[in-house]
Amino acid sequence: MIREIIGYGLIYIGIAFDFFGVLGLVRLPDVYNRLQAATKSVTFGTGGILLGIFILQGFNNFGFKAILGIIFIFLTSPTAAHAISHAAHRSNIKLDEKTVVDQYAEDNENKE
Amino acid sequence: MKIFRWILGIIILSILAYFNFFVYEGEIIFKLINVILFASLFVLYRVIFGPSAADRIVSIDIFGVLIIGLLAIIGLFYDESFYMDIALIWGLMSFIASLAFAKILERRHLDD
Repeated sequence: MIREIIGYGLIYIGIAFDFFGVLGLVRLPDVYNRLQAATKSVTFGTGGILLGIFILQGFNNFGFKAILGIIFIFLTSPTAAHAISHAAHRSNIKLDEKTVVDQYAEDNENKE
Repeated sequence: MKIFRWILGIIILSILAYFNFFVYEGEIIFKLINVILFASLFVLYRVIFGPSAADRIVSIDIFGVLIIGLLAIIGLFYDESFYMDIALIWGLMSFIASLAFAKILERRHLDD
Protein backbone atom coordinates (compact mmCIF):
# COMPACT_ATOMS: atom_id res chain seq x y z
CA MET A 1 0.00 0.00 0.00
CA ILE A 2 2.62 2.55 1.05
CA ARG A 3 4.83 1.28 -1.79
CA GLU A 4 2.12 2.16 -4.32
CA ILE A 5 1.69 5.63 -2.81
CA ILE A 6 5.43 6.37 -3.02
CA GLY A 7 5.73 4.93 -6.54
CA TYR A 8 2.77 6.78 -8.05
CA GLY A 9 3.84 9.96 -6.24
CA LEU A 10 7.25 9.76 -7.87
CA ILE A 11 5.65 9.16 -11.28
CA TYR A 12 3.35 12.20 -10.88
CA ILE A 13 6.26 14.42 -9.77
CA GLY A 14 8.37 13.22 -12.68
CA ILE A 15 5.64 13.98 -15.23
CA ALA A 16 5.22 17.46 -13.74
CA PHE A 17 9.00 18.03 -14.08
CA ASP A 18 8.85 16.86 -17.72
CA PHE A 19 5.99 19.20 -18.58
CA PHE A 20 7.51 22.29 -16.98
CA GLY A 21 10.89 21.57 -18.56
CA VAL A 22 9.31 21.46 -22.01
CA LEU A 23 7.43 24.68 -21.16
CA GLY A 24 10.82 26.25 -20.47
CA LEU A 25 12.04 24.93 -23.83
CA VAL A 26 9.24 26.83 -25.56
CA ARG A 27 9.27 30.04 -23.52
CA LEU A 28 12.91 31.00 -22.92
CA PRO A 29 14.67 33.43 -25.29
CA ASP A 30 18.03 31.83 -26.13
CA VAL A 31 19.62 28.54 -27.19
CA TYR A 32 21.68 28.25 -24.01
CA ASN A 33 18.78 29.16 -21.72
CA ARG A 34 16.58 26.59 -23.43
CA LEU A 35 19.28 23.94 -23.12
CA GLN A 36 19.84 24.74 -19.45
CA ALA A 37 16.15 24.67 -18.59
CA ALA A 38 15.09 21.67 -20.61
CA THR A 39 17.97 19.26 -20.14
CA LYS A 40 18.19 19.26 -16.34
CA SER A 41 14.46 19.30 -15.74
CA VAL A 42 13.52 16.64 -18.29
CA THR A 43 16.41 14.39 -17.19
CA PHE A 44 15.34 14.51 -13.55
CA GLY A 45 11.68 14.06 -14.52
CA THR A 46 12.35 10.91 -16.51
CA GLY A 47 14.63 9.67 -13.73
CA GLY A 48 11.76 10.15 -11.30
CA ILE A 49 9.37 8.19 -13.53
CA LEU A 50 11.83 5.29 -13.80
CA LEU A 51 12.54 5.33 -10.03
CA GLY A 52 8.80 5.18 -9.35
CA ILE A 53 8.46 2.21 -11.70
CA PHE A 54 11.35 0.48 -9.88
CA ILE A 55 9.64 1.04 -6.52
CA LEU A 56 6.33 -0.28 -7.89
CA GLN A 57 7.79 -3.36 -9.58
CA GLY A 58 10.44 -4.46 -7.09
CA PHE A 59 13.38 -6.70 -7.96
CA ASN A 60 12.11 -8.36 -11.13
CA ASN A 61 13.40 -7.82 -14.66
CA PHE A 62 11.23 -4.73 -15.25
CA GLY A 63 12.66 -3.03 -12.15
CA PHE A 64 16.25 -3.81 -13.07
CA LYS A 65 15.70 -2.45 -16.57
CA ALA A 66 14.33 0.75 -15.02
CA ILE A 67 17.49 1.11 -12.87
CA LEU A 68 19.61 0.54 -15.99
CA GLY A 69 17.62 3.25 -17.77
CA ILE A 70 18.29 5.71 -14.92
CA ILE A 71 22.06 5.02 -15.17
CA PHE A 72 22.03 5.47 -18.97
CA ILE A 73 20.07 8.74 -18.83
CA PHE A 74 22.22 10.26 -16.10
CA LEU A 75 25.37 9.37 -18.03
CA THR A 76 24.31 10.36 -21.53
CA SER A 77 22.07 13.43 -21.21
CA PRO A 78 24.60 15.90 -19.63
CA THR A 79 27.25 14.70 -22.09
CA ALA A 80 25.00 15.42 -25.06
CA ALA A 81 24.00 18.80 -23.61
CA HIS A 82 27.64 19.78 -23.11
CA ALA A 83 28.54 18.76 -26.66
CA ILE A 84 25.61 20.69 -28.13
CA SER A 85 26.33 23.87 -26.15
CA HIS A 86 30.04 23.70 -27.05
CA ALA A 87 29.21 23.27 -30.74
CA ALA A 88 26.63 26.08 -30.64
CA HIS A 89 29.17 28.47 -29.09
CA ARG A 90 31.86 27.45 -31.55
CA SER A 91 29.55 27.97 -34.55
CA ASN A 92 28.90 31.62 -33.51
CA ILE A 93 25.26 31.42 -32.52
CA LYS A 94 24.48 34.72 -30.81
CA LEU A 95 23.61 35.02 -27.14
CA ASP A 96 20.56 36.90 -25.92
CA GLU A 97 20.62 40.70 -25.74
CA LYS A 98 20.22 40.73 -21.94
CA THR A 99 23.30 38.54 -21.38
CA VAL A 100 25.64 39.97 -18.74
CA VAL A 101 28.83 37.93 -19.05
CA ASP A 102 30.30 35.39 -21.49
CA GLN A 103 33.32 33.87 -19.78
CA TYR A 104 34.01 31.22 -22.42
CA ALA A 105 34.68 33.88 -25.09
CA GLU A 106 36.85 35.88 -22.62
CA ASP A 107 38.97 32.79 -21.92
CA ASN A 108 39.48 32.19 -25.64
CA GLU A 109 40.58 35.81 -26.10
CA ASN A 110 43.08 35.52 -23.24
CA LYS A 111 44.59 32.36 -24.76
CA GLU A 112 45.19 34.03 -28.09
CA MET B 1 -0.36 43.54 -18.13
CA LYS B 2 2.17 40.93 -17.08
CA ILE B 3 -0.13 39.71 -14.29
CA PHE B 4 -2.91 39.35 -16.88
CA ARG B 5 -0.71 37.16 -19.07
CA TRP B 6 0.23 34.99 -16.08
CA ILE B 7 -3.44 34.54 -15.11
CA LEU B 8 -4.34 33.69 -18.72
CA GLY B 9 -1.61 31.04 -18.86
CA ILE B 10 -2.66 29.49 -15.56
CA ILE B 11 -6.30 29.36 -16.73
CA ILE B 12 -5.31 27.64 -20.01
CA LEU B 13 -3.10 25.13 -18.17
CA SER B 14 -5.84 24.32 -15.65
CA ILE B 15 -8.40 23.84 -18.42
CA LEU B 16 -6.01 21.49 -20.25
CA ALA B 17 -5.31 19.56 -17.05
CA TYR B 18 -9.04 19.32 -16.17
CA PHE B 19 -10.04 17.93 -19.56
CA ASN B 20 -7.06 15.56 -19.71
CA PHE B 21 -5.39 17.36 -22.62
CA PHE B 22 -8.19 16.29 -25.03
CA VAL B 23 -6.24 13.26 -26.20
CA TYR B 24 -7.53 9.99 -24.79
CA GLU B 25 -10.09 8.74 -22.29
CA GLY B 26 -9.06 5.67 -20.33
CA GLU B 27 -7.81 4.44 -17.02
CA ILE B 28 -5.94 6.66 -14.59
CA ILE B 29 -2.43 5.37 -15.34
CA PHE B 30 -2.99 5.68 -19.07
CA LYS B 31 -4.21 9.27 -18.72
CA LEU B 32 -0.71 10.27 -17.59
CA ILE B 33 0.49 9.57 -21.13
CA ASN B 34 -1.58 12.52 -22.38
CA VAL B 35 0.65 14.97 -20.52
CA ILE B 36 3.79 13.55 -22.16
CA LEU B 37 2.09 13.58 -25.58
CA PHE B 38 1.22 17.26 -25.12
CA ALA B 39 4.80 18.00 -24.07
CA SER B 40 6.00 16.24 -27.26
CA LEU B 41 3.70 18.58 -29.21
CA PHE B 42 5.54 21.56 -27.66
CA VAL B 43 8.88 19.98 -28.60
CA LEU B 44 7.68 19.54 -32.18
CA TYR B 45 6.72 23.23 -32.23
CA ARG B 46 10.33 24.11 -31.31
CA VAL B 47 11.62 21.69 -33.98
CA ILE B 48 9.54 23.31 -36.72
CA PHE B 49 9.79 27.02 -35.80
CA GLY B 50 13.23 27.09 -34.13
CA PRO B 51 15.22 30.13 -35.26
CA SER B 52 18.61 28.40 -35.46
CA ALA B 53 19.91 24.89 -36.07
CA ALA B 54 21.00 24.41 -32.45
CA ASP B 55 17.40 24.82 -31.24
CA ARG B 56 16.32 21.91 -33.41
CA ILE B 57 19.17 19.73 -32.16
CA VAL B 58 18.30 20.51 -28.53
CA SER B 59 14.67 19.65 -29.24
CA ILE B 60 15.60 16.29 -30.77
CA ASP B 61 17.73 15.51 -27.71
CA ILE B 62 14.88 16.38 -25.32
CA PHE B 63 12.41 14.38 -27.44
CA GLY B 64 14.53 11.23 -27.02
CA VAL B 65 14.47 11.56 -23.23
CA LEU B 66 10.69 12.17 -23.21
CA ILE B 67 10.06 9.03 -25.27
CA ILE B 68 11.89 6.95 -22.62
CA GLY B 69 9.39 8.05 -19.96
CA LEU B 70 6.46 7.50 -22.35
CA LEU B 71 7.53 3.93 -23.14
CA ALA B 72 8.15 3.20 -19.43
CA ILE B 73 4.58 4.27 -18.54
CA ILE B 74 3.14 2.20 -21.42
CA GLY B 75 5.10 -0.80 -20.13
CA LEU B 76 3.77 -0.21 -16.60
CA PHE B 77 0.21 -0.09 -17.93
CA TYR B 78 0.38 -3.32 -19.94
CA ASP B 79 2.70 -5.00 -17.37
CA GLU B 80 5.16 -6.06 -20.07
CA SER B 81 8.89 -5.52 -19.61
CA PHE B 82 9.99 -5.46 -23.26
CA TYR B 83 8.89 -1.82 -23.65
CA MET B 84 11.80 -0.98 -21.34
CA ASP B 85 14.18 -2.65 -23.84
CA ILE B 86 12.87 -0.37 -26.58
CA ALA B 87 13.31 2.61 -24.26
CA LEU B 88 16.96 1.75 -23.49
CA ILE B 89 17.84 1.27 -27.16
CA TRP B 90 16.02 4.51 -28.03
CA GLY B 91 17.99 6.41 -25.38
CA LEU B 92 21.36 5.17 -26.58
CA MET B 93 20.52 5.87 -30.24
CA SER B 94 19.33 9.37 -29.30
CA PHE B 95 22.62 10.01 -27.47
CA ILE B 96 24.69 8.96 -30.49
CA ALA B 97 22.48 11.05 -32.79
CA SER B 98 22.93 14.11 -30.55
CA LEU B 99 26.72 13.76 -30.59
CA ALA B 100 26.73 13.36 -34.38
CA PHE B 101 24.49 16.43 -34.83
CA ALA B 102 26.76 18.46 -32.52
CA LYS B 103 29.80 17.52 -34.61
CA ILE B 104 27.98 18.43 -37.82
CA LEU B 105 26.99 21.79 -36.29
CA GLU B 106 30.63 22.45 -35.38
CA ARG B 107 31.66 21.51 -38.98
CA ARG B 108 34.15 18.87 -37.92
CA HIS B 109 34.55 15.48 -39.53
CA LEU B 110 32.82 12.56 -37.89
CA ASP B 111 36.08 10.61 -37.36
CA ASP B 112 37.90 13.55 -35.79
